[in-house]
Amino acid sequence: MFAACPRSAIEPGEALRFDGPETAGVPIAIFHTEDGEFLAVDDTCTHQDASLADGWLEGCEVECPLHASRFDLRTGAVDAPPAKRPIRTHEVTVSDDTVFITMSDEVPNLPPGVTPGTVG
Amino acid sequence: MSTTPQHVVVVGASLAGLSTVRALRSQGFAGQVTVIGDELHRPYDRPPLSKEFLASITDQLELSLEADGEDLDVTWRLGERARNLRQRPGGGASIQLRDGQSVVGDRVVIATGAAARCGIAGLGLPGVHLLRTLDDAVSLRRDLHDAAVSGRPVVVVGGGFIGSEVAATARQLGCRVTLVVPDDVALRSALGHYADAVADLHASHDVTVRPHARVREVRAGAAGLEVIIQNGHRIPAATVVLGIGAVPAVGWLADSGLDLGDGAGAIRCDEHGATGLEGVYAVGDCAAWHSPGLGYHHQIEHWTSAKERGAVVAARLLEAERVPTCRPPYVWSDLYGKKLQLAGYRDLADHPPGPEHTLEAGSIGTGSFTAVFRRAGEPVAVLSLDQPRQFAAIRRRLVSAPVTTPAEGAPA
Repeated sequence: MFAACPRSAIEPGEALRFDGPETAGVPIAIFHTEDGEFLAVDDTCTHQDASLADGWLEGCEVECPLHASRFDLRTGAVDAPPAKRPIRTHEVTVSDDTVFITMSDEVPNLPPGVTPGTVG
Repeated sequence: MSTTPQHVVVVGASLAGLSTVRALRSQGFAGQVTVIGDELHRPYDRPPLSKEFLASITDQLELSLEADGEDLDVTWRLGERARNLRQRPGGGASIQLRDGQSVVGDRVVIATGAAARCGIAGLGLPGVHLLRTLDDAVSLRRDLHDAAVSGRPVVVVGGGFIGSEVAATARQLGCRVTLVVPDDVALRSALGHYADAVADLHASHDVTVRPHARVREVRAGAAGLEVIIQNGHRIPAATVVLGIGAVPAVGWLADSGLDLGDGAGAIRCDEHGATGLEGVYAVGDCAAWHSPGLGYHHQIEHWTSAKERGAVVAARLLEAERVPTCRPPYVWSDLYGKKLQLAGYRDLADHPPGPEHTLEAGSIGTGSFTAVFRRAGEPVAVLSLDQPRQFAAIRRRLVSAPVTTPAEGAPA
């Protein structure tokens, strides 16, 4: 677990892309939903190199800004192609106004041509 | 319409067709659905055909638009081409197929898309390609890989997105590439002033651009193909790609009673995809939906619109109380590893003495920029190259639908 940012760094309905040594070359996106929940997934869409933090947040789903596949931020499931593989989810703990992340130990579903450390 | 739909027939196993079916099911339609497609393939994604698929980065399986295990309970009639449409009393239509059979639906959704324009003599010659379908792409891919090995020249004809994408992909495969464009640079009509950045990309990747050139014909010469341009110049080629635009695939509807407008010939619909025939709808590249904000019928040939509008047609067909709204049109391209993105209604931007547009970030010269088009100070369109983050931030602020009348000087 690591401290990613202060709670106030992400307004409700917004997202923050986090790329640090803690994420091992795979940037993550931390979302603050309109309902006040904090959720985190890998930032890179599983279809192509696009940042989900730049996408549309609706409820606890985010729509990829490139090709509009939607990911459930709680389960990582994708609704419809062009993306076909789920996004990895990470555990979020908010404590004392700080957002903590526990990285998933699963292998990330990065898109073709993208490997850890080469995300655009 | 008064009766509950029993059988929806979708003509076109396309993104627009599949999106409509998916939305019908998710909106609760439990009746029969038949999809007629003239290709043998189930619905697949076309944008990669000029990019990742052509470069062999993405394979055919990955192009499928259906999710693994997705079952929409559809009767697929693939490899069957619709020949005409006859209105059915009480709504819907009978679709006659090339082999003489008919499929009758009490609701019909036309999603036949567009076909590659092919008005240049020499199209049938070996080595001359169009690029619209998966089969086109497989055949072109083979020739490009051969040309990369042999070093024989590839000539791409077209000043639009397909031309530039194919030129970039062929170049990245190692081909010698000449790009023939009608204006001074590629993509001038699509991007205006900002096309200079794409011109720089082609130049720095050693693509030879032949400006102000219109192709008269392609001929078989003694040493291979020759692309003849209007001033009589000949460009030698082993492989030729004609990317000279697309036309709505509506030829089969000539005597259907549908309003095909004038010129472009897309099916005219209301703002939710309903045509003038009861129980008949149209969506995707073959349709021009009326835009209340723009005040005219507006054909959008964009992937994103084809996807989003399926849900609108489905809601209209099912007479849902709430019809989803679509975002402003969005189109993207990938050139030499850089993303080119365009969203919104540039036609709405203030015109005389020229659209009001400003560079928000970067510069054309560096090949990385974001430009915003405004009307009365409000952003109505955004264009960027290699700046997806800046683009996304501005795109989200664009008005979700135009509510104003077109600016003076905008096309009617």
